[in-house]
Amino acid sequence: MAKFFVNGDPVDFRGSPDTPLLWALRDSLQLTGTKFGCGMSLCGACTVHLDGQPVRACVTPISAIEGKRVVTIEGIYKTSQAPTANAVRAAWIDKDVVQCGYCQSGQIMSAVALLQHNRNPSDADIDEAMAGNICRCGTYQRIRDAIKSAAASLRKA
Amino acid sequence: MNNPSRRKFLQSSAAITGGLVIGFWLPEKGGRAFAQAPQPPKVPPNAFLRIGKDGSVTVMVKHLEFGQGVTTSLPMLVAEELECDWSKVRYELAPASPLYAHTAFGVQMTGGSSSVWNSWDQLRTVGAQARTMLMQAAASQWKVKLSDVKAGKGFVVGPGGKKLSYGQLAEAASKLPVPDTVALKPAKDFTIIGKPTRRIDSPEKCDGSARFGLDVQRKDLHVAVVAHAPVFGALVKSMNAEGVKAVPGVTHVVEVTNGVAVVGHNFWAAKKGRDALQVEWDLGPGAKLATPDLFAKFKEAAKTPGTVARKAASPDAMKGAAKTVVAEYEFPYLAHAPMEPVNCTIEVQGDSAQIWVGSQFQGVDQPAAAKALGLKPEQVKLNTMLAGGGFGRRANPVSDYVVEACEIASKVKVPVKVVWTREDDIRGGYYRPMYVHRVEAGLDAQGKVAGWNHSIVGPSILAGTPFESMMVKDGVDATSVEGVADTPYDLPNLQLMLHSQNVEVPVLWWRSVGHSHTAFVMETMMDELAAAAGEDPVAFRRALLAKQPRVLGVLDLAASKSGWGSPLPKGRARGIAVHESFGSVCAQVAEVSLAGNDVKVHKVVAAFDCGLVVNPLTVEAQVQSAIAYGLGAALFSEITLKDGRVEQSNFHDYRVLRMNEMPLVEVHLAPGGDKPTGVGEPATPPIAPAVANALFALTGKRVRKLPMASMKWT
Repeated sequence: MAKFFVNGDPVDFRGSPDTPLLWALRDSLQLTGTKFGCGMSLCGACTVHLDGQPVRACVTPISAIEGKRVVTIEGIYKTSQAPTANAVRAAWIDKDVVQCGYCQSGQIMSAVALLQHNRNPSDADIDEAMAGNICRCGTYQRIRDAIKSAAASLRKA
Repeated sequence: MNNPSRRKFLQSSAAITGGLVIGFWLPEKGGRAFAQAPQPPKVPPNAFLRIGKDGSVTVMVKHLEFGQGVTTSLPMLVAEELECDWSKVRYELAPASPLYAHTAFGVQMTGGSSSVWNSWDQLRTVGAQARTMLMQAAASQWKVKLSDVKAGKGFVVGPGGKKLSYGQLAEAASKLPVPDTVALKPAKDFTIIGKPTRRIDSPEKCDGSARFGLDVQRKDLHVAVVAHAPVFGALVKSMNAEGVKAVPGVTHVVEVTNGVAVVGHNFWAAKKGRDALQVEWDLGPGAKLATPDLFAKFKEAAKTPGTVARKAASPDAMKGAAKTVVAEYEFPYLAHAPMEPVNCTIEVQGDSAQIWVGSQFQGVDQPAAAKALGLKPEQVKLNTMLAGGGFGRRANPVSDYVVEACEIASKVKVPVKVVWTREDDIRGGYYRPMYVHRVEAGLDAQGKVAGWNHSIVGPSILAGTPFESMMVKDGVDATSVEGVADTPYDLPNLQLMLHSQNVEVPVLWWRSVGHSHTAFVMETMMDELAAAAGEDPVAFRRALLAKQPRVLGVLDLAASKSGWGSPLPKGRARGIAVHESFGSVCAQVAEVSLAGNDVKVHKVVAAFDCGLVVNPLTVEAQVQSAIAYGLGAALFSEITLKDGRVEQSNFHDYRVLRMNEMPLVEVHLAPGGDKPTGVGEPATPPIAPAVANALFALTGKRVRKLPMASMKWT
């Protein structure tokens, strides 16, 4: 049994310790906002924050997160990162970023992590932070615009 | 409104929900494809529009939402005529029902870039009918004439400024007859259509609450993963499930037509169970397949006469050529690789079943599921879920993963969600077919095109499907030759031959279908001929498009907006391509450079004529999307076979476009058009040739094989 925190709540996970965090979230905790895209840390659809850092939940076994704090897309707007997350969400909606939307939980989690420590990201910074998040709808240009717009609003705040 | 019993039925269903429900069914003259398909005799209680007592307006969206924005654009059509308050508009994805059949194709489906245009009259009519009924309800209550009341912003206003909200009127309106004829607004009066409108599904897609097929939760839901054959067409010879039973959480191991399903209480149990499974396969002829052999065979065929798809006006035209260009092109199999791997959830209870699936083909998948479950179509409820992309993969005439899920559900007799992993998706077939093209084109002494002999070799997508009777004529699969056979260029001496070659690899339409390869050949050859004639690529095309004002207009728009001909920094070059597909025309100018052997596409200026634009924001997004999709494939993506095995498995070896590879896309919409034409696909075909032509301008080398990653530029 592993103990950790998800969106602030303590979790006792009784499943196999090799279970990837992704499937614990989706199948055991019914937190389906975190998506399955590749299972190999190649697409970023499953990005969550682990102690504030973006990680790929599909390759993070439960055994590796004992005592740690997991924040998912369902919780990001209620954490200490909420000001950044809210700015990102507002920009995402304003720039009409989403298409199918399946990758967007992961995109937003990566964008929040970037803006949390960089309020004025360059194009190269955005490429570096976001290149691990695939979007098959090709929303990249609007993601880039939205990140810059969120950054600008955070700099003013 | 030719079916009174259905109207009565809908009204009675409206009475149950206490709101206004409008629905109608217009059998279309064009509905040939599925004329033979069984139609459930009873229409389920649903329709296109529901107005709640709280004034909320819910539009039932008959098409799949998989990125293209129909959850916004289709409600816009209703709202334009309904005169409601846009902020109160919601959507629901409609389940499978003949009520929701495509108005041109006769079956409920999403494809062919047709969601908006086929709904154009239908949904505006729904809005106008509902508005008329609301106005009539108010007029009756106030005892005034219909002509004395007006509707706007969700209210009906009467003499002396009397006012009732749509919510207050909904119940009374629902009891009125649906008007047979309604007048629709002229375009000059539109207040919603044509206005940039943000998507109404954004909030739920930004906080994780949007529910995709993979997110379906049901009581006692099991998860199945399937060990598919390693070779297409292989069958299970024997299996050893000893190790599987030892995996905690695994509940069932069952053999199905396409492999062995391992079922468990959750995904991880099922997946680990599958890892422990040993299957011996009867491989069959598919085990001999190898990509180089297939290309060699196709290239040989391309040199021989095939089925004539288009005749040259003068068979001897090539004899007048002063200069001849011969080129062979290779296109690989391509996986669709939608972000959400395909999946399907089924719950069977006695003699009924429910299915949850992000389907582009509700009207095909529902009867297929019923057949597989041994039920009647009306006993199967198919709930449409949001889909994480699709690009054609979720529109399979043989309903592969839906039928597979039915087979598993029938055997295990528990609610089950069948999940494909990314590896299953990349290796699971239903690819854009591989093709070879061969073109011999001749220029006369004046540099004009004298003749054009074109051969296409590849598998037929439609052979053996219900679409065959409609779209395969005289042995020519329209999806293999579209974009060449119907080219807008004035090429009277274009002769086209097709060799449809069946391979054991299952194939399917992939965003823009045949245009995904034909545009590349047409537009790079056009560039090559322009160079051979010593002419500017735009000027050369213009001469051949003199009789095509719409195509010409789009070409000119792209040229002028891109600054065609103006100087660029050293190491950069431009290329242009224009192509007509799905009733629309798109031209693109790509600006490229090389860093070592890596192609960098900096910018794409796109000009697009998709007729009347309903939502400029989604049209712009679709152009960006179509370019990203086509560019990733052109640069990186290919499915190859060795000993019948697919050599790729996931995004590391089936590369797609990433953030750092996305060019800046500038979209310019051509004015005009009195109705909408296709949007989702037409911007995919031009990107690969525009980039290839730019690379020629930069290096003098021609791309004859996709993806371009195999090119040596330096």
